[in-house]
Amino acid sequence: MILGIDIGSRSIEVVGMAGGEVVEKRRAPTTFNPVAQVRALLDGLSARRAVATGYGRKLVQDLDLGFPVETITEIKAHGLGAAHHFPEGRTVLDIGGQDTKAIALLPGGRVGKFEMNDRCAAGTGKFLEYTAQIFQIPVQEFGLYALGGDAPPIINSMCTVFAETEATSLMAQGVRPENIALGLHLSIARRTANMLQRVGLAFPLIFVGGVAHNPCMRRLLAEQTGTVEGETLLVPAEPDMTGALGAALWGETLARS
Amino acid sequence: MSEAYREMWENLNLDLAAHDGLLSVLGKFYGDIYMSQQGRLKGMEYLDFVLSEVHGLRIKELQDAKAQGRKIVGTFCVFVPEELALAVDAVQVGLCAGADAGREAAETLVPRNTCALIKSFIGFKLARLCPYTESCDLIVGETTCDGKKKAYEAFAEHAPMHIMEVPQTKTEAARALWKAEVLRYMEKLEELTGKKVTAENLAAAIKTVNARRRALQRLNALRAAVPAPISGRDVLLINQVSFYDDPVRFTASINTLCDQLEERIKAGDGVAPADAPRVMLSGCPMAVPNWKLPYVIESSGAVIVGEESCIGTRNTRDLTDESGLTLEQMIDALCDRYMKIDCACFTPNAERLDNVESMARDLKVDGVIQYALMFCQPYAHEGIKVERRLTAGGIPSMSLETDYSMEDVEQLKTRVEAFLETVR
Repeated sequence: MILGIDIGSRSIEVVGMAGGEVVEKRRAPTTFNPVAQVRALLDGLSARRAVATGYGRKLVQDLDLGFPVETITEIKAHGLGAAHHFPEGRTVLDIGGQDTKAIALLPGGRVGKFEMNDRCAAGTGKFLEYTAQIFQIPVQEFGLYALGGDAPPIINSMCTVFAETEATSLMAQGVRPENIALGLHLSIARRTANMLQRVGLAFPLIFVGGVAHNPCMRRLLAEQTGTVEGETLLVPAEPDMTGALGAALWGETLARS
Repeated sequence: MSEAYREMWENLNLDLAAHDGLLSVLGKFYGDIYMSQQGRLKGMEYLDFVLSEVHGLRIKELQDAKAQGRKIVGTFCVFVPEELALAVDAVQVGLCAGADAGREAAETLVPRNTCALIKSFIGFKLARLCPYTESCDLIVGETTCDGKKKAYEAFAEHAPMHIMEVPQTKTEAARALWKAEVLRYMEKLEELTGKKVTAENLAAAIKTVNARRRALQRLNALRAAVPAPISGRDVLLINQVSFYDDPVRFTASINTLCDQLEERIKAGDGVAPADAPRVMLSGCPMAVPNWKLPYVIESSGAVIVGEESCIGTRNTRDLTDESGLTLEQMIDALCDRYMKIDCACFTPNAERLDNVESMARDLKVDGVIQYALMFCQPYAHEGIKVERRLTAGGIPSMSLETDYSMEDVEQLKTRVEAFLETVR
């Protein structure tokens, strides 16, 4: 078996592949002890080699797992993983815990051009998690909640802290909370669409990463990019496993060469 | 070294405790980034020594020069003609501007969203951390961007300043303005030193500075070899040291190093594997100890083979014509040479695009990484044009914006590694 391990800021995913098929999928929160989490996730798995990706990719190399571990960036991993699901894909959007990446795909899932948010977590899963707290709603339900809105106010600030200030003052003005939640989602969708334009958005667009689970983000992203879900906007069944899948695919490529 | 120079630093009115802290951080940083490199050439020991004595022996030399009646002129920009300072037997040095020092104090004089380089030179002065600034009899500023020209107004309250107006176009009128500024600066230097610029001393000065440029040109040409014979970190350091070391000693040392590089190339040895991605850096200058991005790039497996920067080829590409016989001819030759500088302050600045592209081809690079300091408008603007030109020429490129802080190192690593994955 060949493993792909994606150590992100919020969660760790492991994909095991054998003979080109996914045979193992595991997931755990990153916590403040990612090394222990990786060890627990790999418990009982025997592999020939592994490829690690994500922020913690360098951690795995020092674990002495008994098989070789290479690293690739999450940009390359998401490109490969997304193209595996949808070979016709031309652009990839990954909204993860801490980072947003827009990737122009070349044939075979290779990365042409990419854009990434800068050091601030504006417009990422972290932003949604933080703002969901204002509404005292679990982040997993925040998208559905926001879909209950119908007249989103424009939220200008992408800074997480300032966005909270803006949301709070909108509440004080009596704006319906569902609309504020929708406005917060819209601010991310707008920013993300801009980033996609900068890499030369071409269709189909593949949306991956944990935030792709959020139905409101999917709808707004389709609106902002002029795409149709299921046609020009494609989301794999388990979007947050894409990075680990891409890493495992790269491991297979390495094993063949 | 700190004990031996304590009295000297005290006399320069440095904040000794803060200065000790700065030196220890600098020492550790240097150790991590430079001493850890494999396969460095013997010629680099000279630079290690110069850098270890950057606030010690070199400052002592400046104090000795002052005791002999020579004047110290500090600068921040490649537009200030060193030839004129040397002609009147002054010492020209670049000033501290590459570390996050005295930022809070600096933000009382300049706005918060000012680039790190400007905040740094102001911060170094206000926090009394730069023995170069404190040794200067004159500091020469220049109007290469709005941030700098306004910062110098504030800085002049704290240091003896002379400002040169650098034109922003390359028309005849601009050339005339620049010549007037060169002559005005010459008068200022003559007044400061009590010595006259003559055809004889200026000719000698032009030769001295050209010799240093030739040594650095030679070094840059050697980097076209595959595998690259020297790391980009080391060449950046060489370029940085060229701004404050004695020009004659520096030139001799770099030529010795180049001899070693030639042997290494002949033997087919490289500082990185032959298949390591070759990267060129382009954009804003990097003053000591701004080594963050080069370190991130080279520790990601690439080798930097060129710096299209003021601390790089922009400072060394063009020589001054040495054939002038009269003072007037030499001044004209100087003006012509400096007007070729393709600083982003010029509008339009089409020659820079040509220079970036031809340099990338000559050095056989796999990609160009554009570096802009956050809030540096001129280079951020040109970054868009440069990227377009390189893309049209089939040369991969990526733009990064950062400052002197370390908080974005991991993000930078991810971007750089991802870029290298696309060019491999």
